[in-house]
Amino acid sequence: MLDRVAALGRTTLDTIAGAGAAFFMLLRALVGKPNLRKSWPLLMQQMYSVGVLSLVIIVVSGLFIGMVLGLQGYTILVDFGAEQSLGPMVALSLLRELGPVVTALLFAGRAGSALTAEIGLMKATEQLSSLEMMGVDPLRRVISPRFWAGFYSMPILAMVFSAVGIYGGYLVGVRWLGVDDGAFWSVMQSNVEWGQDIVNGIIKSLVFAFVVTWIALHKGYSCTPTSVGISRATTSTVVTASLAVLGLDFVLTALMFG
Amino acid sequence: MESRNTQLAVGFFVIIGVLALLFLGLQAANTSVVTNGETYKLYAKFDNIGGLKERSPVKVGGVVVGRVSKISLSGDYYEPLVEMTISTEYSEFSDTTSVSILTSGLLGEQYIGLNPGFIDETVEMLKDGDQIYDTKSALVLEDLIGQFLFSQGND
Amino acid sequence: MQTAQNSTSTQPQTHAEDEALVVIDNIDFAHGFGAHQVYRGLSMRIPKGKITAVMGPSGIGKTTLLRLIGAQLRPQQGSITFAGENIHALGRSDLYELRKRMSMLFQSGALFTDMTVYDNIAFPIREHSYLPEEIIETIVKLKLEAVGLRGARHLMPAELSGGMARRAALARSIALDPELIMYDEPFAGQDPISMGVIVKLIKELNQSLGLTSIVVTHDVAEVMTIADYVYIIADKKVVGHGTPSQLESSDDPLVHQFLHGEADGPVPFHYAAPPLEDELLGGNNAG
Repeated sequence: MLDRVAALGRTTLDTIAGAGAAFFMLLRALVGKPNLRKSWPLLMQQMYSVGVLSLVIIVVSGLFIGMVLGLQGYTILVDFGAEQSLGPMVALSLLRELGPVVTALLFAGRAGSALTAEIGLMKATEQLSSLEMMGVDPLRRVISPRFWAGFYSMPILAMVFSAVGIYGGYLVGVRWLGVDDGAFWSVMQSNVEWGQDIVNGIIKSLVFAFVVTWIALHKGYSCTPTSVGISRATTSTVVTASLAVLGLDFVLTALMFG
Repeated sequence: MESRNTQLAVGFFVIIGVLALLFLGLQAANTSVVTNGETYKLYAKFDNIGGLKERSPVKVGGVVVGRVSKISLSGDYYEPLVEMTISTEYSEFSDTTSVSILTSGLLGEQYIGLNPGFIDETVEMLKDGDQIYDTKSALVLEDLIGQFLFSQGND
Repeated sequence: MQTAQNSTSTQPQTHAEDEALVVIDNIDFAHGFGAHQVYRGLSMRIPKGKITAVMGPSGIGKTTLLRLIGAQLRPQQGSITFAGENIHALGRSDLYELRKRMSMLFQSGALFTDMTVYDNIAFPIREHSYLPEEIIETIVKLKLEAVGLRGARHLMPAELSGGMARRAALARSIALDPELIMYDEPFAGQDPISMGVIVKLIKELNQSLGLTSIVVTHDVAEVMTIADYVYIIADKKVVGHGTPSQLESSDDPLVHQFLHGEADGPVPFHYAAPPLEDELLGGNNAG
């Protein structure tokens, strides 16, 4: 019995210590004067591997999700004779929810796991220690550019996702199922608002970007430097980040639209 | 040169992001950015606001000129007070202007219709914070049915 | 505390007149909140400009010692000074400044896998200076020449053999002309030829660059030929130290066992366990 309590205490302590370590990792990585000449190329490199390389999966999934929304929305709305509301339905679901959330989930799977594995391997092969011994702070050199790259990339990806998704809904709704072209866009326009919907969607994806990238980097940086440790850390990144995104999405939605 | 290609790719990436944002902003959202520029506030009291919500549009002849920014109860009798935020582009409403709560279509959203009043030298223009007294409340379906049945009974 | 007192009193006097670059004074260190004690009352002096070998059985925490000197780990007690500065009392930025003066050759080499050998060696120079590319190129070529890999500078680390990778890593560790270089198991997993090359390089670099070297290893034969001074660690503390010849003639049983690779002795062949008879027969009782 007491052993159980002790185990609980140990878990709690480890969790708190982990959260604290994650916090200080980020703090040390981000606080301090940046050296633009040296950090700019690093940021570019990471924007490329984190952002540009995720573009394909984002565009393809955005297109399909938009098309499915168009199809499903049409079959439901046509029963009420309200198929002209297809535009706002597709646009609002994408801008408010699916754009930021699905992008964050895909990002966690595509880029987050890669970040964790990369940093975990750098740790396992002593590259991080080696940087430290060279007097180069790995938090600045390795963690910081990756963090900013994730933070900047994800909102861009989310916007691309929403835009492509709306186009997919348009393809199915207007081109295929014959919703009136003008009504599709005009009803959408009268229901979608810049500040309420688009900006809030961007804020959501910024929050998700922060959390997902942070989790991915911390899991990599604190993983056990063995092959089992890295694989666990990678899995843990995807699971933790996805859960965090879904949980935070509820909170944010309640705050923004509740 | 590898870094140059990387930079090019990232550059295109950012451009695609900006294009997506422009598409969303111009094509998907209402571009007549009412309530984002200069605005002023008008108030109106109703007996019943029906399904009116904050952010419901305020229209003149079908054209959106503003939005409902706040709904509250005021006065001793707890009458609904609606605060409307109107674009200063449309600042020339006289105090004979009337407001009514209307419904777009049978199942549509409710909105506020402004009917501009006549203008001559005896009337004043509405200013920021003024209240419109000529109001027509929302049609509530139950009341309508009740009225209908009542009038049937009288016949 | 008893052992700590003892090892402090056995502070080496033989080379006390030499100037020490690194002084380890009576440190206690344990991993994981005291769960696994590594050192108790360990003291050492690393003389300047000499090759000091640290030997001991596997798993004794020799790499931990290097990480303590590099201030990647922090001892629970005691102090480590590098060139007169207590490294664990330094702030973060001062520590990074100080680390430019030391360097470490990791067991795996720890080359950055995403850059060529050339870029790997240019990396610390680029990070710490704003030198023009032509000067960096000259420095890198000189460093590569010193380890005999000038021709391999366009290869990726994955294309190098183990021995070459370690030499490339060595070139990178001397890129900034450090005062101290720490070798973590430089001979482990090397064939006899590359082992010979590395022994030669450690000796030559130490002499030509005026480096101070710490070689952590359990390859007795190789290191005895080049070391100026040897420490043997076992059981959480220093059990013997002296010049190679002093140690050869030592009659301490542990030192003797280690230097001559005897299977059983003060370091037992068996991992601590109850007697075999008890375990075999005791199993019946329990069943």
